Amino acid sequence: MSFDPATIVDRFVRYVPHHRTLGLRFLAAGDGWAELELPYAPHLVAYPDTGVIASGAIFSLMDSASGISVIMALKRWVQHATLDLRADYLRPATPGATVVGRAETYKLTRSVAFVRGIAHDGDPARPVAHVTGTFMMTDA
Amino acid sequence: MIPLPPYAATLGLRRDGETFVMPFDPGLIGAPERLHGGSIAGFLEVAAIVALRERLGAGVAIKPVNVTVDYLRVGLMRDTFAAVEITRAGRRVANLRATAWQDGRDRPIATATINALLERPAEPPSPPPPANR
Repeated sequence: MSFDPATIVDRFVRYVPHHRTLGLRFLAAGDGWAELELPYAPHLVAYPDTGVIASGAIFSLMDSASGISVIMALKRWVQHATLDLRADYLRPATPGATVVGRAETYKLTRSVAFVRGIAHDGDPARPVAHVTGTFMMTDA
Repeated sequence: MIPLPPYAATLGLRRDGETFVMPFDPGLIGAPERLHGGSIAGFLEVAAIVALRERLGAGVAIKPVNVTVDYLRVGLMRDTFAAVEITRAGRRVANLRATAWQDGRDRPIATATINALLERPAEPPSPPPPANR
């Protein structure tokens, strides 16, 4: 059976309840990478005086993009769990802007996937966050 | 008490004394029958910032620099609790640790280490140093 990210991953992203809570959507995916987007929304705001969204929402975006990059690297559905994830918040996301999260699995072992990624709000050369993490394949 | 931001309300965050509570809600789920890792991370991060804001007062701006979350156990479909330890709150930097649990505090499901930059209101210029004799 073919592994078509545009339909399978999109359906998976829509299915996850917390993605619906945040408004997170599938953008694109390829060999070992995935891209999701988080449109700006008032319920994500952490700083009401400036309208800047919560870094925790960006953390969720990157956790999901990272997990999907693992699936895209394995090219099959495997139960996996985040072992750890670190996010460096480089600057606040621009209020009103959609945040795009792109993650890649840059190394796979039998039971661990090593990931890295960035979040940006329009220009990938000016990221708002940089993440690194590891995932465990729990049914490997 | 300082009002909680909209994102904290989205997670359903509330307080029970020193302990933070994220009551179970289906909208927090990631994989089937498990909390999304981002729900737990967001909860720990917001709890840490709220606790720090209470310590420092509303006049100090808090800017998270980075967050590292270690996931220790699966987050189940039940209420999650968190405690925040302000390891150090200096003049420009604060270091925090937040722990989340469900079954009991001795069985944490995740821990977060958070570093934040602090921006205090401008202080009046310090007096000139004493002249050398």
